[in-house]
Amino acid sequence: MAEKINLKIDNIAVNIDEGSTILEAARKINIRIPTLCHHEDLCVAGNCRVCMVEQVDSDRLLPSCAMPVSEGMEILTNSLKVRSARKQVVELLVSEHRADCTRCYKNGKCELQELSSEYIVGENGFIDLVPLKNYSIDNFSPSIIKDDSKCIRCQRCVRTCNQLQNIGALSVAYKGEHMKVSSFYEKPMYEVVCTNCGQCINRCPTGALTEKTYFDEVWSALNSEKKHVVVQTAPAVRIALGEALGMPAGEIVTGKLVSALRRLGFNSVLDTDFTADLTIIEEGNELLQRLKKALVDGDTSVKLPMTTSCSPGWVKFIEHAFPEYLENVSTAKSPQQMFGALAKTFYAKKIGVEPENMVSISVMPCTAKKYEADRPEMRSSGYKDVDYVLTTRELALMIKQAGIDFASLPDDEYDSIMGESSGAAVIFGATGGVMEAALRTAYEVVTGREVPFENLNITPVRGMEDVKEATIKIENVLPEWSFLEGAELKTCVAHGLSNAKKVMEAVKAGTAEYHFIEIMACPGGCLGGGGQPIPTSPAIRKKRSEAIYREDALKPIRKSHENPEVVHIYEEFLKEPLGKKSHELLHTHYTERNRY
Amino acid sequence: MKKKHLQRLDLIFKNEHDIEAILEKTLKRGNDEIINDLISSGLKGRGGAGFPTGLKWKLASEEQTDEKYVICNADEGEPGTFKDREILQSVPHKVLSGMAVCARIIGAKKGYIYLRGEYLFLKPQLLEVIDEFHSTLDKMGLDFRVEIFLGSGAYICGEESALFESMEGKRGEPRNKPPFPTVQGYKSKPTVINNVETLAHTYSIFKYGPDKFKDLGIQDSRGSKVFSVSGDTPIPGIYELEFGMSVQRFVDDFGDGDAKAVQVGGASGFCVPRKRFDKTVIGYQGKLRGTSLPTGGSMMIFNSSRSMYNVLHNYLDFFVEESCGQCTPCRVGTQQLLLGIEAVKKGDQPSSYLDRLMDLAEGMRVTAKCGLGQSVANSFSSIVENFKEEMIY
Repeated sequence: MAEKINLKIDNIAVNIDEGSTILEAARKINIRIPTLCHHEDLCVAGNCRVCMVEQVDSDRLLPSCAMPVSEGMEILTNSLKVRSARKQVVELLVSEHRADCTRCYKNGKCELQELSSEYIVGENGFIDLVPLKNYSIDNFSPSIIKDDSKCIRCQRCVRTCNQLQNIGALSVAYKGEHMKVSSFYEKPMYEVVCTNCGQCINRCPTGALTEKTYFDEVWSALNSEKKHVVVQTAPAVRIALGEALGMPAGEIVTGKLVSALRRLGFNSVLDTDFTADLTIIEEGNELLQRLKKALVDGDTSVKLPMTTSCSPGWVKFIEHAFPEYLENVSTAKSPQQMFGALAKTFYAKKIGVEPENMVSISVMPCTAKKYEADRPEMRSSGYKDVDYVLTTRELALMIKQAGIDFASLPDDEYDSIMGESSGAAVIFGATGGVMEAALRTAYEVVTGREVPFENLNITPVRGMEDVKEATIKIENVLPEWSFLEGAELKTCVAHGLSNAKKVMEAVKAGTAEYHFIEIMACPGGCLGGGGQPIPTSPAIRKKRSEAIYREDALKPIRKSHENPEVVHIYEEFLKEPLGKKSHELLHTHYTERNRY
Repeated sequence: MKKKHLQRLDLIFKNEHDIEAILEKTLKRGNDEIINDLISSGLKGRGGAGFPTGLKWKLASEEQTDEKYVICNADEGEPGTFKDREILQSVPHKVLSGMAVCARIIGAKKGYIYLRGEYLFLKPQLLEVIDEFHSTLDKMGLDFRVEIFLGSGAYICGEESALFESMEGKRGEPRNKPPFPTVQGYKSKPTVINNVETLAHTYSIFKYGPDKFKDLGIQDSRGSKVFSVSGDTPIPGIYELEFGMSVQRFVDDFGDGDAKAVQVGGASGFCVPRKRFDKTVIGYQGKLRGTSLPTGGSMMIFNSSRSMYNVLHNYLDFFVEESCGQCTPCRVGTQQLLLGIEAVKKGDQPSSYLDRLMDLAEGMRVTAKCGLGQSVANSFSSIVENFKEEMIY
């Protein structure tokens, strides 16, 4: 039990655990202290100096985010000294920030803008430093745009990239007036180890880091008579889109999402969840095949553990950081890319549209998906399988631009075919979801019985723990799977790339004996993806996660292999898992990349 | 030459031949006894911040952990300061003795000299002395080793927590305090970090006892201080003088007869104009606050041929370059002060803009993360206030 500390903030008594900060104490009694460099997901920096408070009888001000409380402290958060200091800090930040607000993608969503309106930074500001600097915009990456002229050096992105993700694509370079957030040798983002996860974007308080947007291209396609525009929506979009449109976190808006997409003019409104189910069939069979080769055929070239491949941030990470393990990654494409490949082949033929006249759009909680869609190997249909990837945020903006009152939209349903999905597909959006979905199917394939968990809820792989492990004992198997009788399937689930690194290092050291590992690049899985509504925090991600499992529980079909459209596509088109067609359209390969 | 009326002292640079014996004698005494001597001597940190040395050692000794460090801060980077170089060159044994006694008291087995990058030339001779010193320690049965860590040239790395970061292989950026170094310093372990001169003084206290030290100086500022005298003086150099002298007496001794200002404490210190020479005393700010000025040792004299605008411009240029850049007030504030005085000088801003800059400097003093940003106001405000017309015309 932590000792309790008594202090007074603005003359209000607070009692709080020892080791808490003044900021936490103030929040406990609903006093808002403005912050910029502070972020709940990150360690304390104390460098923006916006959250300064006054301690009675003390000369210098204190940074409330970094200063621990002490017994008998008397703090003022709104004294003349505090207000003028805060205003000055905001004025200084504005003077080095290209305050081109009306032309900025983050206009209306910028924390510096909010503070400058609160503290009325008027015309009598300091000298504008921006014209004196040689700022450049790095917009070469298909995912991320970095505009140094809008950077306020709070280093949230640096802490995100180094601590949360343990990548280090972003770091601080130079000192003094030249100090800036930069990359290895100041190379453009697409040349360095950036995984395009976009977590930095989620935490950037200004417009310095944003996703590359494609809504103009999508609007053009929607307004072109010749084009048939197909859209797919990822599992995690439907539980977060509402946040960007004024609704509370954790609202399920699947029906409204479909309505909105129809109103925007998409010709076919389909679901990535369909190919999530398909992924389970392909990836699950791949796992069983690898196990069979290893255990029955004694094939020593088989690589285990097998890891998932749905998260393009994770895929690029392993290509950079652990290229010796590329053969361990499932060859199954991500649901987005399976969808793209099928859209311009199977689906196009079904609806009688020439693939060259089809525009394939995806709405993703992700910025790395933009990069994934651009990979040269993602052209199995003979065309670019997914033409444009929109983030959840971009779609929200398009809905606003179209003048749609999202909250009042009626619920609608996805088109058939490639619109049906199971609960197993929905939970792809949460960390542990792919594992749970795979186990629901694989266990049943092997034993003929449902997984032995109440209501199919495999709780050991759920939740926000950094790394989760679960062992499933396989007993009383069907005859063709007799080699698995009594086997213990060892699984591991990790989310966030720092955890991914830990797991891979354990695998490399030989201290972890897993068969199957699920890794998602982003904290919480796709629900915390780099394309999701801003802000993000552990509490927000928890709400999104709850919504995902609620959606799963409500689904009449809970297992991927029971999705009738999946059954149908095998009968009619793919014939069998891991078959010739699957190989052509649904599987891929990986490329070793530079370590730095 | 004029008659000298300031007493020149010779505690620090006096070549002693009994250093080994004094060390041996001191190591035989109890920890509390030594700490009490240091506390009662009134010795305060000679880097300029003036934290009581005995108390620092005591705090570190009270931390319950096996791994602790003693670090000698030899990153002498303050413009106009060059006395630590001389101390390390002529009496390194005294510094090492101070480190060894500190190590014994707090329970450290490892010590470092963080040597300013530009002092690379000192390294070979220091290594020789350290080698010799190690065998002395072995004879005395003290398990303590000293290594040299070479800085890379950033001014900010003289700030103790930035120095730790630098030693840990990270960017030299100051940390949030608390925790303080005696609780979490180098490698997050309890660390005593002392200036070169401070450590040399501890030797004098071990040898002569606290009273002799305390007899020198005034009130909160006890003992002697090594000054680096530069600028418009016929006799630039390094001088050990008693604390508590007035700037007037200093100028009488060292000036060229035409001094208009003395910058006490380097770029981060205060500018004393001629009219305040006799009202200003050199010593730590304590009971004397307002009229006494601390210094890490830098005393720069400017005569009437100097433009104080140029002096200030030079200092600001320095800060704009040497701010680590992490905190807003320091990174942006220094740039604004520099551009601001340029704009006023050129007439691009009205002279009243100087008031806005004074407010900015004061804001930086209360909001900046570390001593660098906090002390920019010292030189800025004292120069602008006293030489306003030079800023405008």
